[in-house]
Formats: sequence, C-alpha cells, structure tokens
Amino acid sequence: MMDFAFSEDQEELRRGVRTVLDAECDVDALRAFELADEEARADLSASRWAVLAELGAPALVVPTPANGLGLGDVDLVGVLEEAGHACLPEPLVETAALAAPTLAALLPDPAAAAALGALVEDDAIFAVGGIDVSPAGITSPSEVSADGMLRTPRVVGARDASILLLACRDDESGWQLHAVPAASCTAEPTPALSATRDLSVVHWPLASETLLAYGVAAEAAVNLLADRAAAASAALLIGLADRMLALTAAYAKNRHQFGKPIGSFQAVKHHLADARVALEFARPATYRAAWSLTTAQPSLSHDASMAKAMASDAADRAARVALQVHGAIGYTWECDLHFFMKRTWALSRAWGDAATHRRLVLAHALAAARAAG
Amino acid sequence: MDLTFGPDLDAFRTEARAWLAAHVPAEPLPSFDTAEGFEAHRAWERTLYTDRWSVVSWPVEYGGRDLGIFEWLVFEEEYYRARAPKRVSQNGIFLLAPTMLEYGTPEQKARYLPPMASADEIWCQGWSEPDAGSDLAGIRSRAARNDTGDGWILNGQKTWASRGAFAEWCFGIFRTDPEAERHRGLTYFLLAMDSPGVTVRPIPQIDGETGFAEIFFDNVEVPEDQVLGEVGAGWSVAMATAGSERGLSLRSPARYTMAADRLVQLYASRGGPPASTDAVAQAHMDAEAYQLHTYWTASKVARGQAVGPEASANKIFWSETDVAIHTAALDLLGPEAELRRAGVPSEWLDGYLFSLAGPIYAGTNEIQRNVVAERLLGLPR
Repeated sequence: MMDFAFSEDQEELRRGVRTVLDAECDVDALRAFELADEEARADLSASRWAVLAELGAPALVVPTPANGLGLGDVDLVGVLEEAGHACLPEPLVETAALAAPTLAALLPDPAAAAALGALVEDDAIFAVGGIDVSPAGITSPSEVSADGMLRTPRVVGARDASILLLACRDDESGWQLHAVPAASCTAEPTPALSATRDLSVVHWPLASETLLAYGVAAEAAVNLLADRAAAASAALLIGLADRMLALTAAYAKNRHQFGKPIGSFQAVKHHLADARVALEFARPATYRAAWSLTTAQPSLSHDASMAKAMASDAADRAARVALQVHGAIGYTWECDLHFFMKRTWALSRAWGDAATHRRLVLAHALAAARAAG
Repeated sequence: MDLTFGPDLDAFRTEARAWLAAHVPAEPLPSFDTAEGFEAHRAWERTLYTDRWSVVSWPVEYGGRDLGIFEWLVFEEEYYRARAPKRVSQNGIFLLAPTMLEYGTPEQKARYLPPMASADEIWCQGWSEPDAGSDLAGIRSRAARNDTGDGWILNGQKTWASRGAFAEWCFGIFRTDPEAERHRGLTYFLLAMDSPGVTVRPIPQIDGETGFAEIFFDNVEVPEDQVLGEVGAGWSVAMATAGSERGLSLRSPARYTMAADRLVQLYASRGGPPASTDAVAQAHMDAEAYQLHTYWTASKVARGQAVGPEASANKIFWSETDVAIHTAALDLLGPEAELRRAGVPSEWLDGYLFSLAGPIYAGTNEIQRNVVAERLLGLPR
C-alpha cells in the first residue's frame, strides 16, 4: 500500500547522523582537513571513521548473516544525504553504498566474504574505481601499463582505504571486478578541485586471488554498481544543495544593503526560490531511486539515472545561486561556501553528468513506450 | 516506504479503467469555452455523476464514494490515460468544494455540493478585479449589510472569471469592512449568477473563445446563508481555496505524466531528433518528479499532516512543466506546429496556449516565488 515516507526509525537514524556530523565534521573540521598534509588528513579521517563505524553506518546494508545491520538503501539514503550536508571527506558512499552491497551480492564467493568480513569486523575503508559512465555507456578507464600492472585513474578514497574495489575491461574477456588489498597497490594522489574528494591514480596487479567476478557476472555487477553510484551521488548532492541553500538564506537575512537585508529584494528571493523548487522535486526522485534499489525494481536504472540528473542539476543551481547571492565574500576561501560548491561541481559530473543521465532516462522511457505498444 | 499501490487500489484502477473505456466519448467534445461545448461537457459530467465517478473522494451523501486521496490519484491517472474530456466543473469540485467541506455549514454542504457533483450547477471564481490581480488583498468590490440586517448588498466588478460566461454560480471575495486592515474585512460569498443586478460580459481569450468573463455587481442582494465561513474571515477561507489551487487538487500529476508519455511517442515517431533529446528527457523527468512529489505529499496527507507553503513550490513546478512539455512538442512539430484541424481542439497547439496561462493563474509564479522564499527559506518580507 502506497506510503512514500520514511519510518520513525529511519528519521531517527538520520537525526543521529546529523548530530554526530555536526560535532565531527563542522566547517572548522573541514578547514583543518583542507590545511592538513596527507599524513595528517589520514589521521583525521581515521578518527572520524571510527565514530561512523561506531554508529554502524558503513555496514548498514550488509545482511545480518554477514554480521551487518541488515538494513536497506531506504535506510541508507538519509545517512548519505547527511554526509553530503556535512561535506564528509571520507569515502562513505564507496564503502557503505557501493562496496558493501556489491560484495554482499557476490556471497558466498570467498574473496567477497573476506572483503566483507574486513568491512564489518575491522571497519575497513573501501575505495572504488575503474568505472566511467558516459553517453557511450559504461566504460573502464583502467589500462595496462608498460610494467604489466593496471593503471586506474580517478579512484575515490584510496588514501584511507585498506581494500580497493577496482574494475577493468578488455574486448576479449570483458569485465573483471577485483577486491585488491591496499598493500599490493600504489596510489599517487591526484591534485583536484575539492579537498573533500580523495582522488588517486592506482597501480595494481591483476591477480586471480583478488578476482570477485568476471565476464557476464562482472558486467552485471558493474552495471548495478553504476546505478548504485548514481543513486548514492544523488543523495549526497541533495544534502549539499540543502546545506548551500541554508547557508545562503542565513546570509541573505543578515547582509544589509540599501538599508535592508538583501533577502528582502525580489531578485534575490526569486533566485533562491528557483533553487529551492529544483531541490524540492529532486528529493522524491532520489528517495524513489533508493526504494527501487532496495526492492530491485525493473525500472531501477531509469530511476537511478533520473535521480542523478535531477540532483546534479538541483545542486549545480544551488551552488550558482549561493555564490551569486553571497557576492564577493562567497568567492573567498574564508567563507564556508566553497567546500560545498567544489564538492558539488565535482560530484555533479562524477558517475555521469546530468546530460548523460537525461539521455539514459530517455532511452529507458523509449524502451518502455515500445514495450507498451 | 512503499511505492506500490497494492491489491485494493489495483482493483479500483481496473474498475475505473473499464468504466472509462466504455463511456469516454470517441470524438473529442467541442471546447467548453463555447456555449455548445459547455453543455456537451455538462452532459459528460452528468454521465460521470450517474455512476458516481464525478467526485470519488467526496462523502457519499454529497455524491461521492468517500474514497481516500490515493484512490483519487488513481482515478485521475486513469481519467487522463483514457483521454476523457476536461472537467467543466473544475472550479467547483476541485477548488470550492474542499473549502466548503472545511468551512461550510451542514446546510450549505447539503444545498450546494450535490448539484455541484452532478454539474446541474457549474461554478466560476470571482476573485481578480481590474486593480487587484497578484495583489489580491487589494480588492475593492464591496458588500454592505442590507437595511433589514439579514443579508448583504454587493457592488463592484470582478474579472478574468474562467467559465464566467456560462456558469450558474460564482464564489467571490468582497470587502465587508473598509476600515479594517486590508487582509481582514474581507468575506467569502456564494452568488447566483442570475441574481438581479449581475451583468456578465464575456472576454474572448487569445484563442478567440470566451473562456473569461467580467462580472459587474450593481446592488446585488445576497442572503446571509450565502456567506462561506465567518464574516471578515474571507482571506483565510480564500487561502484554503488557493492551497487547493496550488497544491494537490487542481492539477493532478496524471495530466503531466500522460502528456509527457505522448511527447515521448511524438519524439519517437519523428525519429528522435537529437536537437530535442534534452528537452524531451527533461519533460519526461519533470512530469514523473511531479507525480512522485504528489505521492510524497499525499502520504503526508494520509497521515493527517497538513500541506503548507510547499503548495507554492508545487504550483511553480507544475505550471512550468506544462509549458516545457508543450514547447518541446511544438519544437518537434516544427513547421507543422501552427496547423489546426477545424472544429476540434488541437492537442499540442491548444495545449501550449493553455499551458501559458498556468504561470499566471492561481497566483502568478512571481508571487509563488515570494512565498517560497519567505515561508520555506525564511527570507524577510
């Protein structure tokens, strides 16, 4: 029976995460994190991850037989939204929303069981890489280098990860998905826009003992992982948009020009209202994608792409309006806004930008129209 | 969280679909903004009413089935899927009725709701005046106590009254206390359009049809029992109507999802021109997002929570989505977009003209943006 709402437990979980992140990941913590060197960042992340693990966040969707909490994507989506709201630098999406369910689906495969065991028992952090989403479809940027190792650019979370979930593809044997221990990889940090997104080029050996899936099974796992990534990124973007609008509304109430708060001027109000409307309608699309994941709906890919397209556009719009309304102060590093804008600009394009997902959505809609005759 | 309708709603959907398949006229009716079309649409409303499909969510005693909000949404989905005629009763059944169910006396509900459900009495809305559009609280049409103190005498002018040229009844707001602060001192009246002193002047719209009317009131006598809500409380009663207009009841999402489905078919039939890909995809997503948002809101309503200023965000979104869907369709039709078929409404062209009214009626989108900024984001007035 139709009931498009979160349960009281789900709301309570979200509030709990908000409280913890308000304490552990406020703007002072983000500032300290950005100013820290790589080693210090690793320490900051380790202590914050311990708090998240205490809360059960990384293993939320791991089934109870594998010692997880046995919850689903609808429980997780609010947690991810809060991670976006706080601009959490640690790879919670990669660990909780991508690695955990992907590994759980591959059980009882021994490599998957070992990796999932590390996630649950040792609070292992996961990085994810080797999958790109573009209008051409799902491709892998992983390449074989001269030394015979694989080279995967733009891996997210490698600095803190003890296990890396990495994909590669070649025309002969198709997709492979591996769970690679950090000890057998080398990761070179990649300079990038947002300090709260940890990107690396990873060199890793192709070994049978790290193999999780290959061929058709790997392709299915990679496709589902791309849908999961689109839906989870949408949740982060919704949280980011919400935070940027809250910061900007507060600023517009306090900043005076011409003897009045700038938020009393219609030009400013209407910018903010349009961004608020975009967020209002991206939200249910994002929550529906989480429900479609949990219940394995046939429309899952359509729903995940729609969430990513709408959330990317809503967050990009919120960032644009937030900067414009803040004016010159918003252009400074001193102002808090840039943390959230930079994460948005990166994330709105990661795992397929809005235009890519619009095309994917339309392809699904056309297929549905043909099926309906 | 559950996004499936379940067996009861599925069964209700099957029943509604079967009835509509058997009864929806094969040929489109003439526009309800013509005298002939108005009566043809009234006859269709009677057909709906006879089998209790005109107002499924209303109490049984007033002609409904006492069904919940999700049954109503399912019925609307089937109604638009069947391409059934536009609802000539919409101002009454979707706007006035929810207000009357909240504020009306038992006698008023018994008197007005059944003939509204059967379309024996069709209602128009008398709110805007020549000098009070977006600034609705600036209305100047007046109602004064009559000499015997048991009724009111109305004077003034209303304009842009949709279906005002043919309707039997009008719900309007009049100033009853010129001394009071402008949002107070207003009262909500129910008026028979054949009352002595009422003059109706039809206004042709941009399509040439008489969708609008001006209504002049010259010492029109109205009895006390035709006041809806308290005297002087007209603004808050009107805001309940406006909430229905912007929020859930006027524009059900099926209207947009079905139009977007037809847009996707049109795009496919034209070979999927790349220049239209983004616009068609966005229109499809926006229509579906509106549907999801409505399920979200309806779930709150079903739990007994109120719909607040989100209704203004809603109104901006459905009205702009409607324009976007029809713009994309006209772009796909290209040089054929301007062509008409004699005598029948042209789906995309007339739909486009109608969609352009959306950002204006029910409170312009600029007013809605102010509401969103002030009440959802807390910005100062």
